[in-house]
Amino acid sequence: MQGNNLKYFTNGLITENPVLRLVLGTCPTLAVTTAAVNGIGMGVAATAVLVCSNLAISLLRNIIPDKVRIPAFITIIAGFVSVVQMLVKAFTPSIDKSLGIFLPLIVVNCIILARAEMFASKNSVLPSVLDGLGMGIGFTATLTLMGSIRELLGAGTLFGFEVTKPFIEPMTVFLLPAGGFFVFGILIALSNAVAKRKGKKVVEHLGCANCPARSSCKNADKASCEEIKKEEVKVNA
Amino acid sequence: MPSLTSITAILLAGILTNNMVLSKFLGICPFLGVSKKVNTAFSMSIAVTLVMVIASAVTWPIYNYLLYPNFTYLETIVFILVIAAIVQLIEIFLKKYIKPLYEALGIYLPLITTNCAVLGITMLNIQNELTYIESLFNALAAGLGFMLSMVLFAGIRKKLEAADVPEFLKGLPITLIAAALVALSFSGFSGIGG
Repeated sequence: MQGNNLKYFTNGLITENPVLRLVLGTCPTLAVTTAAVNGIGMGVAATAVLVCSNLAISLLRNIIPDKVRIPAFITIIAGFVSVVQMLVKAFTPSIDKSLGIFLPLIVVNCIILARAEMFASKNSVLPSVLDGLGMGIGFTATLTLMGSIRELLGAGTLFGFEVTKPFIEPMTVFLLPAGGFFVFGILIALSNAVAKRKGKKVVEHLGCANCPARSSCKNADKASCEEIKKEEVKVNA
Repeated sequence: MPSLTSITAILLAGILTNNMVLSKFLGICPFLGVSKKVNTAFSMSIAVTLVMVIASAVTWPIYNYLLYPNFTYLETIVFILVIAAIVQLIEIFLKKYIKPLYEALGIYLPLITTNCAVLGITMLNIQNELTYIESLFNALAAGLGFMLSMVLFAGIRKKLEAADVPEFLKGLPITLIAAALVALSFSGFSGIGG
């Protein structure tokens, strides 16, 4: 039992890293990572929401009727997001300013709804909380890594301190949207290379497998969903 | 009544300079997930545009007449519920009255509730203190900008499939790098329309 719980926690860190392996929550990943500090801020805010919503949803999982579970999940998540939003606004206004609209947009962050749908609604409280915590820390670490890379290359600083700025001219393009897409692409390529070496599945495309709305849309992107189902059957068999 | 110039500026900004996907990073999931074929990209963006304009039309009065000034902290929770309800209503309405449109767009509608572009644009309307008419045009411009980048990118991905890509970049990485180049070319528009 102890070992199992540990597995729920470590799952989100590397093997199922939400950003690099599940490719969830791409919008905030690309948008806020212009500086390392933003990555930490976004990550911690999302982790807080994720842990709380996983806790609440796993407690309510037998009460919420199946048909209205998605709206119910969204309402629960939105409540926690509002709380986090007010806390961030009150205690770290500078983070609130740099995250801007992406702080309230945690509501529609795929990671949170996907974990609610795939994990918390099927598991008891402790594993759900640990899963939320692991996923959240995985998300925070990846965002901070990406923020550090972009800050270092784009501004020559790290967490606001000058590092390479005096020797190397900073390449501002890494702070532009284009740099976000580029760094993210390279990180996915690296994580794929590592996964391949370890014999794990490589992230080929963004399919339906991780889409939180998957259960409510039986027809969307039918072809790729069926492909994924086949793959799942193969894995299970 | 906002002037023609301010409307033009909003349209230009939404479509080109402040493109939803490529400069604001809203709606990345459909941008990467549904942009494999030009047809599906087009239908998806029409559905998104429709929902964005209707959602803006409904959330603006709710915020300005009901929530402001005492209950602004309820913005997030009220907006997401309103959007979810609107999407459901549109689905039911289309299914009952405009069958062909439902068959073309219906499958994308459930995906739109959790699309950050829709919630994002309704919140940006409030944040930027736009008037009612301006926020409608802002939503329309954002939708058209979304459509432009989706359709452009779907065309590029078609070419990418036939391209000879280094082994380690195959799949998602090269798609993202292509997106980076498209975003870079869009940053050339900055400065148009003020």
